[in-house]
Amino acid sequence: MTDALLEEASKRLGQAEVYRLEVESRPVSFESNRLKEISSAEQSGAALRVICDGRIGFVSTTNPDIEPELVDRAAGLAEFGSEASFEFPSPADYLDVPVFDEKVQEVTTERMVETGREMIGRLREDWPELLCDAEIVKTWGRTWIGNSSGSEYSYDQSAYQAFVSGQLIRGTDILNVWAGHGSRRSFGDEEIERILSEILRQLEFSRELAPAPSGEVPVIFTPRGVHGTLLGPLMSGFNGKNLSTGTSPLTGRSGERVFDEGVSLFDDPTIPFASRSRPCDAEGTPSRKVALIKGGVVCEGLFDLQSAGRAGTSSTGSARRGLASAPSPGASVIDAAGGDTRYDDLFAGIEDGLVVEQLLGAGQGNELGGDFKANVALGYRIENGQIVGRVKDTMIAGNVYEVLNRVEGISSEPEWVFGSARLPAVRCTGVRVSSSEG
Amino acid sequence: MNAVSFRDLIEDALRGHGADYCEIRIEESDSTRLTYRGKSLEDISRVSVRGGNVRALVEGGWGFVCFNDLTGLRKRVSEAVSHARSVGGDGSHFAEVDAHLDVVEPTLIKDPGAVSLGEKKRQMDHYNDLVWSVDGVQSSDMVYGDTSRKIFLCNSDGSYIEQTRVHVIARISAQARRNGDVQQAGFSIGSAGDYALVEGLDEEVLAAANRAVSLLDAKPISGGEWTAILDPVLAGVFVHEAFGHLSESDNVAENEKLQEIMVLGKKFGGRHLNVVDGAAMPGLRGSFAYDEEGTPATRTDLIREGELVGRLHSRETAARMCESPTGNARAISHGYPPIVRMTNTIIENGEASFEDLLEGVDKGLYVKNWYGGMTQNEMFTFSSGEAYMIRNGRVEEAVRPVMLTGNVFTTLHNIDAIGNDLAMNQGGGCGKGGQMPLPVSNGSPHIRIRSSLISGA
Repeated sequence: MTDALLEEASKRLGQAEVYRLEVESRPVSFESNRLKEISSAEQSGAALRVICDGRIGFVSTTNPDIEPELVDRAAGLAEFGSEASFEFPSPADYLDVPVFDEKVQEVTTERMVETGREMIGRLREDWPELLCDAEIVKTWGRTWIGNSSGSEYSYDQSAYQAFVSGQLIRGTDILNVWAGHGSRRSFGDEEIERILSEILRQLEFSRELAPAPSGEVPVIFTPRGVHGTLLGPLMSGFNGKNLSTGTSPLTGRSGERVFDEGVSLFDDPTIPFASRSRPCDAEGTPSRKVALIKGGVVCEGLFDLQSAGRAGTSSTGSARRGLASAPSPGASVIDAAGGDTRYDDLFAGIEDGLVVEQLLGAGQGNELGGDFKANVALGYRIENGQIVGRVKDTMIAGNVYEVLNRVEGISSEPEWVFGSARLPAVRCTGVRVSSSEG
Repeated sequence: MNAVSFRDLIEDALRGHGADYCEIRIEESDSTRLTYRGKSLEDISRVSVRGGNVRALVEGGWGFVCFNDLTGLRKRVSEAVSHARSVGGDGSHFAEVDAHLDVVEPTLIKDPGAVSLGEKKRQMDHYNDLVWSVDGVQSSDMVYGDTSRKIFLCNSDGSYIEQTRVHVIARISAQARRNGDVQQAGFSIGSAGDYALVEGLDEEVLAAANRAVSLLDAKPISGGEWTAILDPVLAGVFVHEAFGHLSESDNVAENEKLQEIMVLGKKFGGRHLNVVDGAAMPGLRGSFAYDEEGTPATRTDLIREGELVGRLHSRETAARMCESPTGNARAISHGYPPIVRMTNTIIENGEASFEDLLEGVDKGLYVKNWYGGMTQNEMFTFSSGEAYMIRNGRVEEAVRPVMLTGNVFTTLHNIDAIGNDLAMNQGGGCGKGGQMPLPVSNGSPHIRIRSSLISGA
């Protein structure tokens, strides 16, 4: 063993796992159309998880002076810890998932500043009153995981992100639009163009205000709308913890057709350079593509070691963690299959409907039960197959298990949303729309 | 490393920085957390963080450097100043604040650090058992956490402040399921330095578990405009979301259009509406002695008799708007620069009793407790944890919890009655700019809102 902490912990307590993280990033941020701040951020630390007399203890620190105390601390916690339903994984073969691009580190601060200026400049050419914020960030670092079963693995990762938002005020009406992209690779003009055209399209659709429709009307969730509305409650249903405790509505329903047959959904951390791709999960289990829904049929859930042990299955390599928290199952890169309708054709035949791009306050309700309800932060009225303007003071409510059974069309062109999910637009019914009458 | 050498180290590193303003902040924190899901404990953890940052201002441009390794502070200062110089700008705007030398110890009533881990676990096990004693409960979700955080702040004004704060939080929620239908009910509490707050909650825990089960039989209401009476907890969340965020001046300071909208003297509500924010109110979750820029805590009137009279400032936004700093520059950890945040936000007492509020409501909703809330400029949403029908002035059966939404320019005007029973909600944490959850509190008496847009279940 090359790690002193792991060696000490294994020797004294038997089963142990050490996770180390070293990350550096350089954010450049713009506020109110001008460059505001340049930063350097370094984060480093270690986390130790032990299984002692069958019970788990978790400690972490960013302070190297405290590291020698971690073994004692972990032992002290394990005395009260939860019963382990797993053993740390033995050495395994890892897929070669490309997640490091050395060019990220080479992007100069000047170049990042220039990118921000260009984005803001371009948007304000068409919309001079727009007040813009932007952020460009480059990140690189190394993750190391080792355990007492003999696994040791480390990998370098990088990330590049660009984000821009604009605010337009007319009277007391405040419109906010934003878009961004993230990748483990540095990117250039093509992606920046996509970000800009997304914002310009939002501004164009928002030129006029339109009264919201009311009642149950057909709703088109754009890829971003799917991301912000449906994915949260859906992922809570596929979360191994909720499956193992039986609180997920999907508990025990594997193999059952629960959704419209057009719905196929995967979690795939092996996609090269996607924002949350990685060769192994946060417990050292090799990454693999996990089928969540195929043709409307529920397949697998997302499990880490502990939730898998409790549910009597094996880890799907879906553990996530930060330095300060024990591993927990969750999605990495959500990849949904496209349908057979071109995006523009989704509008056909909708006399009165709503497009949902962005919600405000999603995830506050009974997400576990599949409910979503939120204010429509950015959405448009459809009349006779056309977008006629932006709606305000409007809420939508529905249940993902109901709505994804009332699908009227899925777009054939899935799109990357913030670089971490690839999703199509979905047209469905069963969403209740309400708005203020004044 | 002890405190004395920290001070020498920090003060030495700041010498000759060459910026218009420069500060060093070092943080040391220790947190213990127990989480439960299902019948048993899920995670037990202890996390110790040490880290620091340097922030520099040159000609209006900011440089920020954060790190865990505290060696080479002088180099970090040069790096931050060099970043700031590259940003540059139209000159620095930064309000003056007197230099302070101070050591602020936390006000501990029952110190969570003095309670053994075994005792904390025994207490939470007991609550979990209570939840599971209720027929029909499918699962539980509980968190206990305490944090002791010490901040060393030294800035180029000559301030040197050590400030320690201790927080305790608990969240308890029960889930019930029938067929595919899952319902949950729970509550969150928090305190600044008093473990006793998480003791003696048996009644509340049982009530939450029973509520989760009974929600399975509750009917959803139809969305639309309703007359709503908010309990103090939800009204507190409401004032935080509906108005508080828009009073944070970082949105306003460089936004001329928003300045026109948020002009002092503008009417936001009736004469009965008074809103304040301040960390100088002692003993609350959002209380402290100095903010992260060394500005002493204040108490700021935001709305007085329905009119906008003040706003929340950092030293930069105060200078840009030619107003006084209010001590609202806060950062969640050493990894972030301070931004303008709320502290303890309150709707002050009015005169109506709860019965007065109910009177004259033929059909409405009594909404209590909270799940969460969010704001985007003038629009906001917040969710109740409980909802009950009101008919002919009487609170009747429970319905499914609802989400309320509104617009700051109309909803505050629609508050037509304010109660006289102010109570604080200490269970919340606020997120902004990726910094979450920042300890805040909010409070209000019961309030009644006409024409409140509500989403059904």
